[in-house]
Amino acid sequence: MSEMHAETVGYVRDTMLPEQDPPATSVGAIGWLRENLFSGWFNSVLTILSLIFIYWILSALLPWFFSPTWEATSLNECREILAEMGREGHFGGACWGVIRDRWVQLLFGFYPSGLYWRPILAFILLFVALGPVLFSDYFPGKLIWFSAIYPFLMPWLLWGGSVWTPLLVIAGLGIGYGVFRVVAAAAGNLAGIIAAVIAALAWWIFLVGPLSELIHSIIPAGLNSVDSRNFGGFMLSITIGVVAIAISLPLGIVLALGRRSDLLIVKALCVGFIEFIRGVPLITLLFVASTLLNIFMPPGTNFDIILRVIIMATLFASAYMAEVIRGGLAALPKGQYEGADSLGLDYWQAQRLIIMPQALKISIPGIVSTFIGLFKDTVLVSIIGLLDPLGLSNAIRADSDWNGIVWELYGFIALLFFIFCFGMSRYSMYLERKLQTGHR
Amino acid sequence: MSDLAVDTEIDRSQMTVSDDVAIEINNMNKWYGAFHVLRDIDLTVNQGERIVICGPSGSGKSTLIRCINALEEHQQGKIVVDGTVLSNDLKNIDKIRREVGMVFQHFNLFPHLTILENCTLAPIWVRKVPKKEAVDTAMHFLEKVKIPEQANKYPGQLSGGQQQRVAIARSLCMKPRIMLFDEPTSALDPEMIKEVLDTMIELAQEGMTMLCVTHEMGFARQVANRVIFMDQGQIVEQNEPEEFFNNPKSDRTKLFLSQILGH
Repeated sequence: MSEMHAETVGYVRDTMLPEQDPPATSVGAIGWLRENLFSGWFNSVLTILSLIFIYWILSALLPWFFSPTWEATSLNECREILAEMGREGHFGGACWGVIRDRWVQLLFGFYPSGLYWRPILAFILLFVALGPVLFSDYFPGKLIWFSAIYPFLMPWLLWGGSVWTPLLVIAGLGIGYGVFRVVAAAAGNLAGIIAAVIAALAWWIFLVGPLSELIHSIIPAGLNSVDSRNFGGFMLSITIGVVAIAISLPLGIVLALGRRSDLLIVKALCVGFIEFIRGVPLITLLFVASTLLNIFMPPGTNFDIILRVIIMATLFASAYMAEVIRGGLAALPKGQYEGADSLGLDYWQAQRLIIMPQALKISIPGIVSTFIGLFKDTVLVSIIGLLDPLGLSNAIRADSDWNGIVWELYGFIALLFFIFCFGMSRYSMYLERKLQTGHR
Repeated sequence: MSDLAVDTEIDRSQMTVSDDVAIEINNMNKWYGAFHVLRDIDLTVNQGERIVICGPSGSGKSTLIRCINALEEHQQGKIVVDGTVLSNDLKNIDKIRREVGMVFQHFNLFPHLTILENCTLAPIWVRKVPKKEAVDTAMHFLEKVKIPEQANKYPGQLSGGQQQRVAIARSLCMKPRIMLFDEPTSALDPEMIKEVLDTMIELAQEGMTMLCVTHEMGFARQVANRVIFMDQGQIVEQNEPEEFFNNPKSDRTKLFLSQILGH
């Protein structure tokens, strides 16, 4: 007993140990190499095998890639240039002449070349409009007004036509808001929203067209109009992608909220819509857009094919978006709702100020994945005859000069898609870092 | 949970109970599905009362105070808060929630907003207070809970005790007439319980009407003017703290007190 007592007698440290540098082999370049490439004999062998493999790939690819065929005007000319250098066969070298010859077409399709400034201006303004939304820290807040106008400016720049059409479309928003104020005061918010949507849709579908023509006949002002048939290339992909992305996010939020709503019919409609759209392949929806819709339309109506495709792509993406956002909503602790409720915030305030900022932040990776998927899915429109980059690559190959070219075209298209998708992916990482506010 | 958890000297000069009724609950019943959580609750709370509700886990004490600001819906009976009848009418619910502050076990601060924004959000959006005034009020209450220097940090950067004090300040910024506390110290490390209790004691000294679900019997003894014991969804016993702790009437209360104070 007494022995045990002696062993457990107290110990008090009287000096604290000083901090020491870590050993040299665990820091710096040597430390990094040891830790990441050569930690143990098995990993060292794998590292060396990987390096050999990479060398093997690059030694075949780089000579093909560096090929002096930029000035060639046909595939045969490429082959002659390469043959003179003694390079033959499949790996002889790339034929970049096709890109020099056709890159304008790959970007703009058959858009009238005298009007190229319009899509270019629209593309540049796109970044001006996105700036205040995506990088609010670095842009003056006032620019957000331009972001709000841009959705109406862009179609006008691309398709042209009377300047009154976009102005009347904007007026539709005002009309919707006016109807909302009147009906909401009389019959409550929900009735107000429904009435406003119906009024605005009726305005856009039935009145904007005739009114715009009427005003245009009195005060003509506008740009030369360009037919949808002439749209193509990356311009088409970006148009469809950007519009569908911009609309599918808010639509997805509404659907996700609807799916979690207590209102039985709203919930049933949202669930039905989401499950239906997710249960049908995008190709099917695009075929419906390109062929079936015309059958249901009254004869003589001209419902633009690109607009139809955009609507289908948007609906498709918004169903997925809704589920991604619902995941974010489900991840929020119940306490956040209770905290907001207990302070007296109403449903919309709580959603806007407390719930959505957090739910969207959680969902960023999923949202951006959906965006990227949507942007890449735009190439499917080539199946219904629109000339997106992939559709154009077939058209270019149909030319006897370039018949037989595959990798160069696909590589170029892939590179452009990669730039956009990689950009979106990096932006989402930046956003996640920016919104990081310590552990929860 | 010793009965000596609080040893602050209490200034009782402003701790007066008025005759005005703050909360009146009549014959209130609530079910979760088929489970009868609250049975025939009758409770009248006067302005200025400090009530501690205790009882074993699952006895319905949290549910009771969550019914008072309609975080839970009751199915039968009548609840009147500050003269407003609690019904399904959203306007009444929002009106009551503006007058009733609530502090939760897990704080429920908004992690994407700074401490200051947490405190100014509701006054600005619900009470429509100008931003500058809301900031001044928030800083006043943050000073009161002794963490004004944390105003621009995020909740995730604060300790549990600090977060709970922010939560109290956030409720106070709405200038509520009644404060509900749902086990405010249960999720805290022992060393942080005191700082939160001190804040609550200060609030009581200023005459705030408080309903507090807690197991801090020291706090109950010193601050409460009434202790309510609940079991199986019913109010089993209520009395002044002295009488309640020293001379419990019901067997269940005696058993509960022996378990909670006995060691």
